Amino acid sequence: MQQTGGDPVGMSGPQISPTYTERRRFREAWRQIKRDRFLYALAALPLLYFLIFQYLPMVGVIIAFQDYDPFLGIGAMFSMDSWVGLKHFRNFFDSIFFWNVMRNTVVISFYKLIFGFPLPIILALMINEVRLRMFQRTVQTISYLPHFFSMVVAAGIVRAMLTPQGGLLNQFIVALDGEPRAFLTDPALFRSILVTMDVWQQAGWNSIIYLAAMATINPEMYEAAAMDGANRFQRMWFVTLPSISFAIVITLIFRIGGMLNAGFEQILLLYSPSVYQVSDIIDTYVYRAGLIGRQYSFGAAVGLFKSILALILMYMANKVAQRLGQEGLW
Amino acid sequence: MKLSRSERLFDWVNAVILVILTLLFLIPFLSVVSTSLISGKEYATRGLFILYPIEPVLNSYSMLLGQGSIVLNAYFVTASRVIIGTGLNLLFTFPLAYVLSKRRLYGRVPLTMFIFFTMLFHGGLIPNFVLVEKLGLLDSFWAMIWPPLINPWWLLIMRNFMLAIPEELEEAAIMDGASPAVILVRVILPLSMPVIATIGLWYAVFHWNAWFDAAIYINDTRKLPLQLILRGILEYGTGQYSDYSGLAEMTELPDPPPAESLKAAMIVVTTLPILMVYPFIQRYFVKGIMLGSIKG
Repeated sequence: MQQTGGDPVGMSGPQISPTYTERRRFREAWRQIKRDRFLYALAALPLLYFLIFQYLPMVGVIIAFQDYDPFLGIGAMFSMDSWVGLKHFRNFFDSIFFWNVMRNTVVISFYKLIFGFPLPIILALMINEVRLRMFQRTVQTISYLPHFFSMVVAAGIVRAMLTPQGGLLNQFIVALDGEPRAFLTDPALFRSILVTMDVWQQAGWNSIIYLAAMATINPEMYEAAAMDGANRFQRMWFVTLPSISFAIVITLIFRIGGMLNAGFEQILLLYSPSVYQVSDIIDTYVYRAGLIGRQYSFGAAVGLFKSILALILMYMANKVAQRLGQEGLW
Repeated sequence: MKLSRSERLFDWVNAVILVILTLLFLIPFLSVVSTSLISGKEYATRGLFILYPIEPVLNSYSMLLGQGSIVLNAYFVTASRVIIGTGLNLLFTFPLAYVLSKRRLYGRVPLTMFIFFTMLFHGGLIPNFVLVEKLGLLDSFWAMIWPPLINPWWLLIMRNFMLAIPEELEEAAIMDGASPAVILVRVILPLSMPVIATIGLWYAVFHWNAWFDAAIYINDTRKLPLQLILRGILEYGTGQYSDYSGLAEMTELPDPPPAESLKAAMIVVTTLPILMVYPFIQRYFVKGIMLGSIKG
């Protein structure tokens, strides 16, 4: 298609008028579309899905600029009567919640990054050094089992471990002559619980990408390093790590790009009013204030604010990835 | 190759640390399994969340899975969701992936961008909820099926796989007089079976584990999937479901299980099907990660 339509029209010669080329281009396109009508027919229904369930909600965000009344029909969404401009955004920025949810979102994400990012790399390095195939397989399989638990199950297991009614951790504490504690309602501990659970659930799974990269390393590199007298740590440091640096950098950049997703489902299942102050993130706030509190317009505004911020972050992450000479996401 | 002493020491230390880590991954779940098997009597003497029960009993399970219990009903809802949902997911994902894999297709790039954009930007929770409400899907089974119909990431992974199918195969079929529909079913479909199986499994596990959509869209207890019954029991105990016969028998048991044991049993009941298929399906997931890292 590029060849038929892409040549610079004005330059190709004065004898062919632009309208003629244009008509020819149009006819050529039409011919191709007609030839592939079966393909377009196949794509029609799936594309309709994207239109309805992905793009209609994007149109629906206009309620963020209105005082939307859920009891009025769809027509109300497109009338100017309820238009309030940036009122809901201003209310959010001025509210006492704004800094709290922003801080919690970034801080929780940051902690999860600090601990959740290096551990899979270390785990992959260790698994990669195992010589016994069977043992290697077993460790790997068990390490990503928690990833397959639903968030409800994972949160349930965490609750069971931590409950003051005889949870495993409290039994340990009691056995060591301590007092049982209510971990999940303690603001000083709540974020640590979130991070620990995240590591437990995702570390094994996140190590797969590194193990895959390590599997492509040429064994001769290790042999050569061993010849030169490099010990195991030196081989890890000078052979393995440089070979997976690509995967490390890309993963890091996109985790930073996704920084605003601090773990909505996880927090929703574990938090309670006594720890809102340290755990209420943008997503949980939208859920509580917008959906449960039925302030649809306000919730949509806060959600839109987050979506735009996330888009900018991802865009920047991708730019950085490209700048580093890696192929970006797009 | 003969290993030096320091090499062997390294291997041993590495193995020991890995065994400890593996146990740390496993113990939380094992302890929940043990708790689910504990009897009221043993609870009174040993406490909960032990590492192993001395006299394991199935009281908690028989209570949860008794005749007419809400848990059995939820199992049925979840199973329907997995089967119908995954079927429709594939029915919509496969054709679109095929179309997008046709390099000669006029408008392929804008079409791909149209889909790609939905990976970067979303309307958000509230507009999605308003949409489902306006479509009249609240409290309907289909509210769990239509909104997550096509996962754009997985769609593009499937397309990448199909890009690698040689064009000549199709041309040969055209020579033999096959229509486009026949080519799709007889040539492309069999060749794409590996990627369809992989992504089908991803969709199936997604449906099995999904809970938030049902939490906001569905009110009727009879229509709730397993995950939400689990959530209800974990957060509020079994009392709220006591009007369902299976859970009402609680008081009639000679040795009623402790509440924490019931919760643990419910966790096991919800996870068991995943655990049973896990050894067979996990390699598909791992393979999928590799597929995802190949760009098209």
